[in-house]
Amino acid sequence: MTRTAFAPNWTARGALLALALYCVFAVTQLDISWARVLTGFGEGGRFLARMWPPNFERWDTLVEGMLESIQIAVLSSVAGIILSLPLGLLAARNLSPAWVSAPTRGFIALCRSLHYVIVAILFVKAVGFGALAGVAALTVASMGFIAKLFAEAIEEISMKQVEAVRATGAGPFAVLLYGVLPQVASRFVGFCIYQLDSNLRNSTLVGIVGAGGIGGTLFAAFKRFDYDFVAAILLSIIALIFVAELVSGRVRKALQ
Amino acid sequence: MSASLQREWQRFTPQQRIGRWLLRMAIVAACVWAVRTIEIIPEFLADAPQQMADLLIRMWPPNLGHYRGGVHDALIETLHIATLGTVLSFTMAVPLALLTARNVCRFAPINALANLLLVASRSVNSLVWALLFVAVFGPGALAGVLAIACRSVGFVGKLLAEAIEETPRGPMEAMQAVGAPWGHSMMKGMWPQVQPAFWGIALFRWDINVRESAVLGLVGAGGIGVALDDAINFFHWDRVATILLAILVVVVIAEIVVTQIRKRLI
Repeated sequence: MTRTAFAPNWTARGALLALALYCVFAVTQLDISWARVLTGFGEGGRFLARMWPPNFERWDTLVEGMLESIQIAVLSSVAGIILSLPLGLLAARNLSPAWVSAPTRGFIALCRSLHYVIVAILFVKAVGFGALAGVAALTVASMGFIAKLFAEAIEEISMKQVEAVRATGAGPFAVLLYGVLPQVASRFVGFCIYQLDSNLRNSTLVGIVGAGGIGGTLFAAFKRFDYDFVAAILLSIIALIFVAELVSGRVRKALQ
Repeated sequence: MSASLQREWQRFTPQQRIGRWLLRMAIVAACVWAVRTIEIIPEFLADAPQQMADLLIRMWPPNLGHYRGGVHDALIETLHIATLGTVLSFTMAVPLALLTARNVCRFAPINALANLLLVASRSVNSLVWALLFVAVFGPGALAGVLAIACRSVGFVGKLLAEAIEETPRGPMEAMQAVGAPWGHSMMKGMWPQVQPAFWGIALFRWDINVRESAVLGLVGAGGIGVALDDAINFFHWDRVATILLAILVVVVIAEIVVTQIRKRLI
């Protein structure tokens, strides 16, 4: 039997074939047909034509919504950062006993596993329409993200500094302040900036379920078929995200 | 000599200190501005705990009987949307990633154009993509699949392009030296090197897409979000609890599956 230089990998081919079969099956399950896609393309042309040119006439509503989104992002990031500091410390397995860290980890995982829009729906029911629900929902999401990464960063620290500080007779608080935090501070700041960035993106969206910000304006304009205003809002959101990305990149560089 | 030893040492240059101080001031100013101008209705805040308790009481016990009738099919549809969206996003992201990677496509304007497309895809949220596609294709799973695909392209394309750019040139050069055509050298020189990153990205994005496709139904793009929206609009909070539990279980299972496959594969 001759050996070929590149033997065919039958398991990989089989897996690819299975994936292709699955895709065909799923497409039939979801009721997707070629005719519908083709009609959609025609509709898409009309839709884009109605979006152009973007209508910035109601700029005062637009600016108001954008400012509210920024407020939601700032407040939820601050609240999330403040809350995730103790949570991260409690969840780190090298600093806390297992009976503390395990439930804290569960709580963090719970915060992370529900999408922020779903959390926003629940908070809209609990605290009413408006920015407060958005702030609360994004705070939960921020806690889930920052606390998890913060706990992982703490678990990676070198224990030598901690032992050294402990050997001088420092109390637990001083150990945290001088032995642990200096090792993770820069990474923590990085997580915080990243989260501020993503809160800014997400805060433009929670309005769709009534939790304040530009998302509400966007959804209302969509329902009224004001597609030119929709285009204006979308362009503003993209511009805001772009500026935020530039600024956060600058800040991150300046801090290093 | 002794004078220079007695000077006070400082960690940052005056310029850096001013910068840090300004940054801190900016953070405080942003917080103060946000707190003072945000519209929060005090009455709503005051009865929030009561409303929260009310919500939880209405949710308990979850109406688990509803799962068979109204949740199961929607849940399967959500998984289909997530998987199909991921596959579709890869068919678009792979060519774009190849065009973005500077060691594959050596023509700078095309690199920039492909990168622009990736950035545009990333900066529009999946719910907004879903809104657009619902307006174009009508409500249903098709809009959901396309929304998931379009949102994922930017993410997948960026990571893939980075993986491609980081590969060493040796294997590619060896393939070219033996006279292999472009397709062969890509398959045997490039692909084995980016394969681990490729599967890692695919699993990671699928995990995210399972979470995201659960909410697409809120704007009418199919999946379990539709069932959730209906239950909320009819104030069937016990059904809402069932749906939330179902989403939670699926998300956790997806995460476990992804971690297990990643351990085996990479």
